[in-house]
Amino acid sequence: MLESMDLSMVNWARAQFALTAMYHWLFVPLTLGLTWIIAFFHTIYVKTGSEEWKRLTKFWMKLFAINFAVGVASGIILEFEFGTNWSNYSWMVGDIFGAPLAVEGIIAFFMEATFFAVMFFGWNRVSKGFHLLSTWMVAIGSNLSAVWILVANAWMQYPVGQAFNPDTARFEMQSFADVALSPFAINKFTHATSSSMMTASLFVIAVSSWYLLRWRHQRMAKRSIVVAAVLGLIASVFTMFNGDETTYEIAQVQPMKLAAIEGLYEGETNAGLVMFGVVNREKTVKDEDMKSFHFAAEFPGLLSFLATRSFGAFVPGMKDLVNGNADQKIMGVAEKMQRGKEAIASLDAYRAAKKSGDASAAEVHLAAFNENKAFLGYGYLKSPEEAVPPVALSFYAFHIMVSLGGVILLLFVGFLYFLWKGVLEQKKWLLSLGCIGYFLGMIAGQAGWIVAEVGRQPWAIEGLLPVSVARTNLSVGAVQTTFFIFLALFVIMLIAEVSIMLKQISIGPEEN
Amino acid sequence: MNCMKALAQAGRLVGRICRFYRDGFAGMTLGRTLWTIILIKLFVMFAILKVFFFPNYLHTHFETDQARADHVAEQLTRPANSRTNN
Repeated sequence: MLESMDLSMVNWARAQFALTAMYHWLFVPLTLGLTWIIAFFHTIYVKTGSEEWKRLTKFWMKLFAINFAVGVASGIILEFEFGTNWSNYSWMVGDIFGAPLAVEGIIAFFMEATFFAVMFFGWNRVSKGFHLLSTWMVAIGSNLSAVWILVANAWMQYPVGQAFNPDTARFEMQSFADVALSPFAINKFTHATSSSMMTASLFVIAVSSWYLLRWRHQRMAKRSIVVAAVLGLIASVFTMFNGDETTYEIAQVQPMKLAAIEGLYEGETNAGLVMFGVVNREKTVKDEDMKSFHFAAEFPGLLSFLATRSFGAFVPGMKDLVNGNADQKIMGVAEKMQRGKEAIASLDAYRAAKKSGDASAAEVHLAAFNENKAFLGYGYLKSPEEAVPPVALSFYAFHIMVSLGGVILLLFVGFLYFLWKGVLEQKKWLLSLGCIGYFLGMIAGQAGWIVAEVGRQPWAIEGLLPVSVARTNLSVGAVQTTFFIFLALFVIMLIAEVSIMLKQISIGPEEN
Repeated sequence: MNCMKALAQAGRLVGRICRFYRDGFAGMTLGRTLWTIILIKLFVMFAILKVFFFPNYLHTHFETDQARADHVAEQLTRPANSRTNN
């Protein structure tokens, strides 16, 4: 296993980024989703005046505070890593994301400093209406603070509204609307926030199920489950449809990712969607005879429908995308690499001409660069096969995410059904499942990010900048050191959160 | 006269806001532990990690934006010569 791992600096930097992002994503969905649920609890309290809803609101606020305190600012570490490990990338995209991310940070800080304080300190000290408004503002502000980072991620997958400036070596924003309102960005934001709502609902159900299994706080637990299951079910249905739209977008702009997450080597008309499958890890795009799967069960035609909205349409496989397919008008990677190399050569010649003051030569080279700049990133690949992301990891992550999404939806339906029947306390099996449901949600969320990020390899910016060029020239030792520092720090923080959280859950709402 | 009244009102408002935060922080129980965690974490992140382990590479190695742009352009145009893998 170790022998087959590439332990170069770029892979350590990727591992460090993945570690930090995955740790960060342990907290973000709970923060984003729980704020809405707390806002609903708080609204019911203000409407009914019931002290029980007030206790319930305060209890979930307390768990939210623990998660927020441990998770807060963990995303800033990602920015440290950009500046140190990914300096070429940071420089190149600074014009597009620098200002909006800074503005977002400032707005989020002031919103949080103001409304968080009122939400937590405001009981009996400000009017009920203003207190409730603050709780809703925390929910809105927290979710809005995720906008730009998700827009940035979407742009890396679908870099619209930009132009590369060869003088500054930067991508410069040409259209704010194209960047902020690209369908990819909207889908990413709505998918991330609705799936966060699912995760937070699962958290509320997990804690409440634990109480029901122990015959503690019965009434409060059932009330919590009603709100969480209704919101979770709505979020699940929305996430499912939104996921379908995301798949369609991926098919249009990242066909290689779609082929990888479905293990589709040969393009097909009426392509089937794999339900279950065991990927043949030996298979590569160069193999002609080897099977793609040891075993696979699929829905005929469904992948074609998801990718094109037509059951009979052609979906390109990894071989079509690497080798090209004249019938389907697909350019092969080898040709893209050639044009990418021409773009790099033209860029080099342009800069040399500018330096020597030869304006007419610079103009000629700039025109040549502009002709091929859409393929710039391909010029850095060493072989066409490098354009294929890790197939097995992408495939399994995608199928785990989708399968768990289905299980979670059924879980919400089950809780609502047995609650409606009035027999939820007797269904120990469902309550036990409810206790682990939160972890299923977390796994689904992490798997979703693996699909998004591993599935787009080798690119930092799709088609324009591979990760091998996006990085800084550092020694592998420097990155290894910080990787293990983070690992230790994250483990300590996680232990702190889990122990504080478990203690507060164990105390329960009434004693608070 | 109106100006003085407005100033006095603003002063009272600021005082109320300050008392709101002061009493809120003073009344915290679990919050004290959480704030301790946040402050330790921020100290580790900004005073140790950022300073000793995560310098901004382009800002510490190059003085001007032009020098940074030239460096990145060099990385882009001469990738084989200017980059090492390990």
